[in-house]
Amino acid sequence: MEKVVEEVLNRHNNNTSILSVLKDVQEKCRYLPEEAISQVAEGLGVSINEVYEVATFYSFLSTGLLGENVIRICKSTPCFLKSCDVIVETVEKELGIGIGQTTEDNKFSLQLTNCIGACDKAPAMMINDKIYGNLTSEKVIEILKEYK
Amino acid sequence: MPEKRVVLKNCGVIDPKDIESFISNGGFAGLKKAMDMTPSEVIQEIKDSNLRGRGGAGFPTGLKWDFASKAKGDEKYVICNADEGEVGTFKDRVILEEDPFSLIEAVAIASYAIGAKEAFIYLRAEYHYLLENLQNAIDQTKDKGFLDHVNIIIYEGAGAYVCGEETALIESIEGKRGDSRPRPPFPPSEGLWGKPTIVNNVETLMNIPRIMAEGKEWFNSIGTESSKGTKVLSVSGDVNKPGVYEMVMGSSLKELVEDLAGAENVKMVQVGGASGRIVPFENIDTPLTFETVLGAGGVLVFNNTRDVIEMVKKNAEFFEEESCGKCFPCREGTKRMLEILERLTEGTASRIDLEFLEDLSETMALTSLCGLGQAAPNSVVDTMEFYREEYESRVNDKVKV
Ligand SMILES: Cc1cc2nc3c(=O)[nH]c(=O)nc-3n(C[C@H](O)[C@H](O)[C@H](O)COP(=O)(O)O)c2cc1C
Ligand code: FES
Repeated sequence: MEKVVEEVLNRHNNNTSILSVLKDVQEKCRYLPEEAISQVAEGLGVSINEVYEVATFYSFLSTGLLGENVIRICKSTPCFLKSCDVIVETVEKELGIGIGQTTEDNKFSLQLTNCIGACDKAPAMMINDKIYGNLTSEKVIEILKEYK
Repeated sequence: MPEKRVVLKNCGVIDPKDIESFISNGGFAGLKKAMDMTPSEVIQEIKDSNLRGRGGAGFPTGLKWDFASKAKGDEKYVICNADEGEVGTFKDRVILEEDPFSLIEAVAIASYAIGAKEAFIYLRAEYHYLLENLQNAIDQTKDKGFLDHVNIIIYEGAGAYVCGEETALIESIEGKRGDSRPRPPFPPSEGLWGKPTIVNNVETLMNIPRIMAEGKEWFNSIGTESSKGTKVLSVSGDVNKPGVYEMVMGSSLKELVEDLAGAENVKMVQVGGASGRIVPFENIDTPLTFETVLGAGGVLVFNNTRDVIEMVKKNAEFFEEESCGKCFPCREGTKRMLEILERLTEGTASRIDLEFLEDLSETMALTSLCGLGQAAPNSVVDTMEFYREEYESRVNDKVKV
């Protein structure tokens, strides 16, 4: 971990963008553990507080451990009108976890999100960077198989 | 008034991965024309076209560019706002998917006009899957020698609606939390790293190459007196054909929602996403212009089976989550607003809650630091006007004040 953060910091030398550094650390470590945050703060010469402020502001950054695959189900109005709650129930049942939780084998984390710009394909969700739309319970079960 | 393809001219027509197909469809004609003019002539052309911003606020684009061009300093920046976080809006996604080259051409023209050597495209994290295509378009354009005057960098967000607000966006590119800044100073005088900066929406920029190629008279011939050109609308909700539709400014909401998108039994429409205004069915003939309803053009359709208060509560929930928390009226106001709406849906609201809701809406609209808090009460205010009886019927007179 220490090495990874050091590498990221080196690649960003002369760059004081806390967000850019954190995005890269998270990509490598999957989340932002406490030690990484202190190391980033020291490396950039800013307070731990300043780094935490950024780390907790953005929904794609996480200070808690995330699973290998992050599922984000859209809950904003257009998806709500297309019964996104059914999709949420299906995923919860399939994975045996609730919103904000991670499976025991660290394979999946489940989150709700606001509009992901796929409302023409509502209900929609993201798994990692990929968008899935026009979801039905059957479709979701098939999609999850690909990741299991 | 009909559909018309200005912004979406190349969408579904060209191969978004191949610059040759873009060029054979008239690509870079606008940039070439601009480069034969002086920067101030380009700005004058955009001013005279009467193009206004498509990101929600409708500010005159040429005027913004003029401020930045006249601001002191050699270092200036162009930022393309591709954060598209407004609920129910996906037009910029379609543009990025299907015609990234026109956007790069537009950024190149804007940079030439204000004298920026560096430009950023702020891409929301949720659109990461579009990055490769967009970078490819930049690389191919560079290889053709069209980007010798400017370096275009894609900067990815990390998930925050408020970062679409231009000053929060600038903070985010600087690597910080996306807290909005008090204004003045406005970005055209002091923006990114304190330097003169223009922030323009994807769709606004898409009009630039067209205007340069076809001329200001042509652009002025489309639309209404004070709303020129077209608007790309994202339609979703209770419709048979959700999707993007590009309409001449001034077209009626009815034509869009019923004739094109195939909505039936419409109860109300929200235009402009969660922060947009509510149009009840009896006003469905409303024309789509800056003066009536528009915003960023997210059009959410609700049919007769929908519960108005439930829908407004969804909006309140959104703002409560997305408030950056910097200013008090928005941070506290969005919380209280959601609580009152929850009481209404749960049947535990007293009569005085309705008065609270009205006062709170007014306070937030007047005193919030940025557009998020200012616009958060819009759907509350509108539905309290048009659907007052639905609010009244939810009041529980047994609840003690
Ligand atoms: C809370 C909030 C969110 C916004 N989100 C966006 C957005 O996602 N995209 C956008 O172009 N403008 C957004 N805006 C408007 C921008 O602040 C700014 O006005 C716009 O990018 C200017 O570009 P334009 O003049 O080309 O419209 C938002 C404004 C507010 C208050
Ligand atoms: S509301 Fe779900 S993608 Fe827009």
